[in-house]
Amino acid sequence: MILLPCAWCGPRDATEFAHIGEVSARPGPDEVTPGRWRGYLYLRANPCGWTRETWYHRMGCRRFITVERHTLTNEIRSVSAAGAMTPQAPGRPGAEDPPPAVPPGAPPARPSEAPARGPVI
Amino acid sequence: VRVGTNGHRQRSARSSYPAKYSAAGLFRRGLASQPWPPAWQPQPMKDSYDVVIVGGGVHGLAAAYYLAVNHGITDVAVLDQGYLGSGGSGRNTAILRSNYLTPEGVRFYDRSVKLYQRLATDLDYNVMFSQRGHLTLAHSDASLRTMRWRAEVNKVEGVDSEVIGPAEIKRLAPFLDISPAARFPILGALWHPPGGIIRHDAVVWGYARGASAQGVHIHQNTEVTGIDVAGGRVRGVTTSRGDIATPVVLNATAGWCTLISCMAGVALPVTTSPLQAAVTEPVKPFLSTVIVSGTLHVYISQTDRGELVFGASVDPFTSYSMRGSLEFIEGLAGHVLELMPALTKVRVLRQWAGLCDMTPDFSPIMGHTPVEGFLVDVGWGTYGFKAGPVSGEAMAQCIASGKPPEIIAPFGLERFGEGALVGEKGAAAVGH
Repeated sequence: MILLPCAWCGPRDATEFAHIGEVSARPGPDEVTPGRWRGYLYLRANPCGWTRETWYHRMGCRRFITVERHTLTNEIRSVSAAGAMTPQAPGRPGAEDPPPAVPPGAPPARPSEAPARGPVI
Repeated sequence: VRVGTNGHRQRSARSSYPAKYSAAGLFRRGLASQPWPPAWQPQPMKDSYDVVIVGGGVHGLAAAYYLAVNHGITDVAVLDQGYLGSGGSGRNTAILRSNYLTPEGVRFYDRSVKLYQRLATDLDYNVMFSQRGHLTLAHSDASLRTMRWRAEVNKVEGVDSEVIGPAEIKRLAPFLDISPAARFPILGALWHPPGGIIRHDAVVWGYARGASAQGVHIHQNTEVTGIDVAGGRVRGVTTSRGDIATPVVLNATAGWCTLISCMAGVALPVTTSPLQAAVTEPVKPFLSTVIVSGTLHVYISQTDRGELVFGASVDPFTSYSMRGSLEFIEGLAGHVLELMPALTKVRVLRQWAGLCDMTPDFSPIMGHTPVEGFLVDVGWGTYGFKAGPVSGEAMAQCIASGKPPEIIAPFGLERFGEGALVGEKGAAAVGH
């Protein structure tokens, strides 16, 4: 398995974490169509390469972190508090805890890897 | 010579190639020490095909075979980036069963088991299907309730399943620890006599041989690098060995299904995770059934060579990495010993991983997509191998008739847009 450098606790075994999934921008509940909402719920870029994803340290600090990981090699490029854009040194607390869901400002999956989401739903 | 549906045919109807395998032929060749003819013929790659199937595993080859024998469509190419059966078809634990939870799932997998029963005759290839029975253990009241539910759904659909108690379990699998003092005591089990194991490589090779005999071209070491779509229609595929013009592309890959679909501009509700398995050194035959425990995330069977094959649940995060982990083998060994303490001295020979394309409802995605001519047979998660024949048959019909047959109608891609998911989590595999 892999070691995941938690932004607060330092390197920990990945089994301490729950893998939440790819970071994707949640559409506003007021203006979203059912089709787009289901796309947000179900469709994934699932790239074979670098991806930004959310993990939850359920057996540690119980906070959410954003990890940039290569899905083929499991190499980790950066770790930050979920919602924070700049990577942080492990062991130091970051800004205020963001809510578990991805904030609206977070960039979606990188365009080169994200498939066209239009035609399916 | 016209053959019957699914290749069910009389001996006299066989074509001269491939040479029929028989005991007499084996004896003759053994005496004469003649080389065996290749099971399938390599063919030069053409510029265009009527149908291109991406993925040379059991799903892709079965679809090609049934396209040829059931529908007379033989201008078909099967492409694989590696060798045949190098993906999920050669990495699964070769367990077949049909004791699912939803009526859609039961009907579908029951058809598959029935096709597997006739496969050796149809393909003239020994696939070594052993219907030794399948035991799913219940360690809690909740799982016992789910098993009762599954048994009743199975019976309504005409599939043999029954909930049995510890005494009966002990009779079927004497090495199981059924004492109430166990960490996870065995309260009961779902007994499914038609379930069993098969030789998965032979299934792949048998389909390849059958398809090749009908004129299907099989291209190994041919990686698809792009799919040409214009005006919402498929025009062809780009491969590492040149371009192919085709009006129909079937994506029958596992592990890479999102990447292939992405080339056609179709997004899928799929995430990819590895699933690890392991095999031990051979021991004397002692286990005559397949044992599954959802609570302990393990399934165990003994092959004809005496090796014990163990499988587990998918790794707890998405990845395309197929490296095994020590943690897996440690956890697996603990769980196996929990069930069968007598195995303490048995050594593991090797472990490996395969890629599982998980969908939100633990059911596959089959049929048409918004891109005309681009079909999918993907999202097979941890349950793809056992569905090979039926999905090949259904996808062949889907391609030939232009509309999905009833047996796969619930599994279309559009169900995610309509919110009509098929909930198979309770029976699709062990722990997710």
